[in-house]
Amino acid sequence: MELFSAVNISKQFSGHKALDKVNISIPEGSIFGLLGPNGAGKTTFIRIINQIIAPDEGQLFLNGRELKPNDIYNIGYLPEERGLYKKMSVGEQAMYLAQLKGLSKQEAHKRLMYWFGKFEMKSWWNKKVEELSKGMQQKVQFLVTIIHEPKLLIFDEPFSGFDPINASMLKDEIIAQKEKGATVIFSTHNMASVEELCDHIALINNAKVVLDGPVRDIKKTYRTNSFEISYKDFQGSLESVLPPAFQIIREWNDHDLRMAGIKIPAASNPNQLINALLPNVMLHSFSEIIPSMNDIFIRVVTEKNSETILQA
Amino acid sequence: MNKIILIIKREYLTRVRKKSFMVMTILGPLLMAAIMIVPIYMATRGNELKTVAVIDQTGIFFGKFRDTDNIKFHYLSSDIGSAKSNFVKSGDYALLFIPKTEVSIPSNAVLYAESNVAINVKSYIRNVMTKQVEDMKLEAKLRDLQTDKKNPINVEDILRSVKTNVDVNTIKITDGGKEEKSYTEISMVLGMFAGILIYFFIFMFGSQVMRGVIEEKTNRIIEVIISSVKPFELMMGKIVGVGMVGLTQFLLWVVLTFGIVTVVTSTFAGKAADKHTAGQAMMQNVAKYNPDNLPLPDSTASAKGKDEGVNVVIEALGSVNFPVMIGAFLFFFLFGYLMYAALFAAIGGAVDSESDTQQFMLPITVPLILSMVMAQFFIQDPSGQVAFWFSVFPLTSPVAMMIRIPFGVPYWQVALSMAMLILAFLGTTWMAAKIYRTGILMYGKKVNYRELWKWLRY
Repeated sequence: MELFSAVNISKQFSGHKALDKVNISIPEGSIFGLLGPNGAGKTTFIRIINQIIAPDEGQLFLNGRELKPNDIYNIGYLPEERGLYKKMSVGEQAMYLAQLKGLSKQEAHKRLMYWFGKFEMKSWWNKKVEELSKGMQQKVQFLVTIIHEPKLLIFDEPFSGFDPINASMLKDEIIAQKEKGATVIFSTHNMASVEELCDHIALINNAKVVLDGPVRDIKKTYRTNSFEISYKDFQGSLESVLPPAFQIIREWNDHDLRMAGIKIPAASNPNQLINALLPNVMLHSFSEIIPSMNDIFIRVVTEKNSETILQA
Repeated sequence: MNKIILIIKREYLTRVRKKSFMVMTILGPLLMAAIMIVPIYMATRGNELKTVAVIDQTGIFFGKFRDTDNIKFHYLSSDIGSAKSNFVKSGDYALLFIPKTEVSIPSNAVLYAESNVAINVKSYIRNVMTKQVEDMKLEAKLRDLQTDKKNPINVEDILRSVKTNVDVNTIKITDGGKEEKSYTEISMVLGMFAGILIYFFIFMFGSQVMRGVIEEKTNRIIEVIISSVKPFELMMGKIVGVGMVGLTQFLLWVVLTFGIVTVVTSTFAGKAADKHTAGQAMMQNVAKYNPDNLPLPDSTASAKGKDEGVNVVIEALGSVNFPVMIGAFLFFFLFGYLMYAALFAAIGGAVDSESDTQQFMLPITVPLILSMVMAQFFIQDPSGQVAFWFSVFPLTSPVAMMIRIPFGVPYWQVALSMAMLILAFLGTTWMAAKIYRTGILMYGKKVNYRELWKWLRY
């Protein structure tokens, strides 16, 4: 079941195409990674979802119906460029932002009290924002993003500015939101966090979606049939024991173990590699080299960019 | 709608609670009260003897101008031409000329002087003349009633028909015998005051709107907020909120200034006035409600000289059409502010910091400043071409029209000016909304006019 989908979204800014027929659908209850290099069009896309700007073409659907102005109450958005009124007190400001998201005064106060208690922030209520550290401000911003319990949460580079402790707290909170039934769009350059959090991704490059789907499937597609082994008690050349088409990518030492990365032909299977090794070496570990999202990202983007250059 | 109220509330409360608002609220009235009190004080203090020569062609006022402690009158029998040419040599303070009129009762006079005539001299002359004319009218009326006994006596009617407005125009005589009109009129003071107030408020609160927009941009809170409200709502909320801060400050100023002036002048008046004042006031009341009590003794008029300053202001204010003045002020104040605030908001949205605002500020500050610079031309010729065009062109009309209004402006011109201003307000708001909407999401981009033009067409 999709919570959100974008169909054929295009947006142009004075001659420059920011989005070109973008199709994205986001399954309900997933954490959806929106990836792409700087200037690819991610922020434009997110602003279109938030109805901050209107697309030139295309349609947006939330919960199966076309996106309406009132749907901003169903969306929580933590922008990349974010801040607070510096001279205003934390409590007053949180109340203001919560009420702008459609909560009544009483409801806003009740929920803020709960969250301020949970994050141990109650003593900040009457402080001015400028007295808080950057990390503390980020917490306040996060909190007002989720305060109205929206179905769809959008985080644009949420971890920037957080120290590791707060970052992991935030990560847990994002997962908790997902478990409560929220769907999360997560835009970042931080591939490690994508790997950790996302179920689905879409990669946008030069205004177009160049890759999308479940993370597991994508990784499968980008497998290279490479394996990493560690072994002991073998002095000869590893190459001499391998079948002809098998290729050693690299070899190195790790303490008292000898390590190697081996790429096998598509027609063969891992068992053939093991069979070739077992009679000769003392095998300690054997694992498939799965490409990281980082590798996939770089590979896809550089491939696409060189394509465009070739076409040009 | 609900959200725009939230925004207005925030904009209003955060500003009203600021220390600078409190300071301005207290300092403003002190300053304004000083501006109003000092002339009054000077007027009550100015007790050097002034001699006024009188040429009364009507003969009605002969002997009616009684000398006071600081004004002496002497009557000339020469014709006005030679009196004027001899005036500078004569050493008189002023020359009062009451021309013969076609109608039996005169209602205007000319006061020639070397410099501006002190307001107490002028108002004394006007008081004496008004009283004399009113007495004459009353007498005639009562005679009529005596001969025509059938009609019942209607007190209100009589009072209304007796009420007279005497014009005393002042004309400056320079050494060379050249004449020019001088403007000590209260209408000039009021017009300038209203014009300056509008000018000042537009600048002060318009730039507050601009700073507020820039603050939201540099704070980076803008994107958080416009994911909850429309940019237009945020912009209008800010403009209205700041405008209400301006109105609050204005009202506090009026109330406080009035309070201070009342307290200070009543202490002055208490000291300066002698018993006659009270007696005179009582007499006037008697005269008002008892038409049978014929002309008041002239001696009461001489008591007036002393607390003239206070009376002058009160009396002068009485001659102003306050409903029109206040109505026009509120209209031009509000719409002038709204129009300019939208422009200021657009500038705030287009730039990244206050230091980048210069190039865009110029075109909107020039008309405002120009309308202030031209103020003296509007006063010299309130119904001239220059004054007309300035008070119709929306960017200058709030100031220019306010300066003209106390002098009396034809209704169609006021209506035209108002209509133009409303149109301009709608236009600038529409334009500002477009620039603002695009600008607030642009960071770190140097914007020029060509860029703004592009944003207008998105």
